[in-house]
Amino acid sequence: MTVLLQGTVQVEGDARGRVLKLGKPISFWGGVDPVSGRISDPRHPNHQAELKGRVLVLPGMIGSSSSSYILLELMAKRLAPAALVVAEPDAILGLGVVIAREMNYGSIPVLVLPRPQQDDLEDGAEVTIGRDGSIRVG
Amino acid sequence: MPVRLTDQERAIAAGSDAAAMAMRILAEMGAMLGAERLIPVTSSHIDGGLYHGDSGVHFAERLVEGGARVAIPATMNVGGLDLLKPDIVKADPHRHEMALRLMKAYEAMGCWPTWTCSPYQAGHRPKFGEQVAWGESNAVAFCNSVLGARTNRYGDFLDICCAIAGRAPDYGLHRAENRRATVLIDTSALSHALKASDVFYPVLGAWYGAEIGSAIGVIDGLPAFVTEDQLKALGAAAASSGAVGLFHVAGVTPEAPTAAAALGHQPPERIIRLTPDMLRGARDRLSTVKGERIDAVALGSPHFSLEEFEALEDLIDGRHVNLPFFVCTGRHVVAELERRRRLKPLEQAGVTVVADTCVVVAPILPGKGGVLMTNSGKFAHYTPANTGYEVIYGSLADCVNSAMTGRVTRDESLWS
Repeated sequence: MTVLLQGTVQVEGDARGRVLKLGKPISFWGGVDPVSGRISDPRHPNHQAELKGRVLVLPGMIGSSSSSYILLELMAKRLAPAALVVAEPDAILGLGVVIAREMNYGSIPVLVLPRPQQDDLEDGAEVTIGRDGSIRVG
Repeated sequence: MPVRLTDQERAIAAGSDAAAMAMRILAEMGAMLGAERLIPVTSSHIDGGLYHGDSGVHFAERLVEGGARVAIPATMNVGGLDLLKPDIVKADPHRHEMALRLMKAYEAMGCWPTWTCSPYQAGHRPKFGEQVAWGESNAVAFCNSVLGARTNRYGDFLDICCAIAGRAPDYGLHRAENRRATVLIDTSALSHALKASDVFYPVLGAWYGAEIGSAIGVIDGLPAFVTEDQLKALGAAAASSGAVGLFHVAGVTPEAPTAAAALGHQPPERIIRLTPDMLRGARDRLSTVKGERIDAVALGSPHFSLEEFEALEDLIDGRHVNLPFFVCTGRHVVAELERRRRLKPLEQAGVTVVADTCVVVAPILPGKGGVLMTNSGKFAHYTPANTGYEVIYGSLADCVNSAMTGRVTRDESLWS
């Protein structure tokens, strides 16, 4: 069955990939290793998960503004997720993508999808993201 | 909604130099943040000089190559190296070189090489009501709360763009209507002795950040003689455990002559009566281990002030510490300690003074982990993830006494 969701576009773009749904909010700085591209916080439920190429669904963001730097670093090394789906507007990750574009490291879509609607996105599901903010599951 | 740029701003953004790039980034981020326009800002504190990877170095060097200069006074937050004692940071040659290149790039743009997270104690003090663009969470909290200047929580990349453009997106804490407290924290159930002690303030901050998060609170019932270093410790701990950019202390901070004034003379949405139990819980959460083992002491997050060094010297009292003992501070304080001939006695007592950087952002601590004791709520928060050390929180006196005896000893009398 195909599910169609509508996110609000924060950074425009299209993407396709498997959902990586985080069990808890994360701070990219101190939570994601910019060398391996994996979640490095041992207390995080998705510890060791690899972000590369995934549609990363975040229930929330916490912590440091240096998270923009970590996302930029992931994009420079081609270790970044294919897309970000955040629960609330988030300027810190959005900034990382804006800087990446200025640096010619590419761009990824950033969509806002409130947490109740994130329930329709299951971990591992294949999804397609459109430039209009649509999220097609299946 | 796009940001409405002035003709002058549009002309700058249309160029091909670094000023154009900074203006484009500001316009794009302004739209993302819901700002309708950019506003002039008069000072900046910049957090982007700390190395987390080569991409940030390439970004800063791209700005330098594009002729970027800061348009307003801009101080630098900590870097990844101690430039006064290069051997203190145990980085591999690549990391060392890139961390240095990053620091030099920001200097080349005209930023002041202060390399401190306490710029407000190094002479950078915007006036009440001044619009500024600051990064580094503790500096943002201090700037908004204690100085009454107005900044959002700017961070890596956006802070330098604001400093180059001399502008910031008009949203959030730049606007008076967003600075009002909605949560009232009543501390009248806590003892005066506790509220007069330094060890209380990081704990209060850690509790506040975790409980209130990004909301704005007014803390009522603190003594009017709260010191600047106590407010610094409170803000730093609060901004570590939560997204705190502004807090008010009734009768102390400038936008809170009274609790009612900080609340904008409206009823609070939430009232929290702080109990000794709640604070004990917050204090316990600042430590990750119990027991007597201790391997090192670290002080100075935010960077130690001259007054804090005086308190430390009184406690050491001519004795020698028996464990690795680090105090992080700015070069503005190191110069003053040297001028007053106080640096050498501290070093002879076994104290390692770290400047320009600190022990949770650069590899400085010895060996492969152990137990670190600190009087800083911010160090307590970041030590486990960033250094691999376990952490124990205590007062400054607890830290000194434990370093003398080699066993953790804590004065529990204030907390009972």
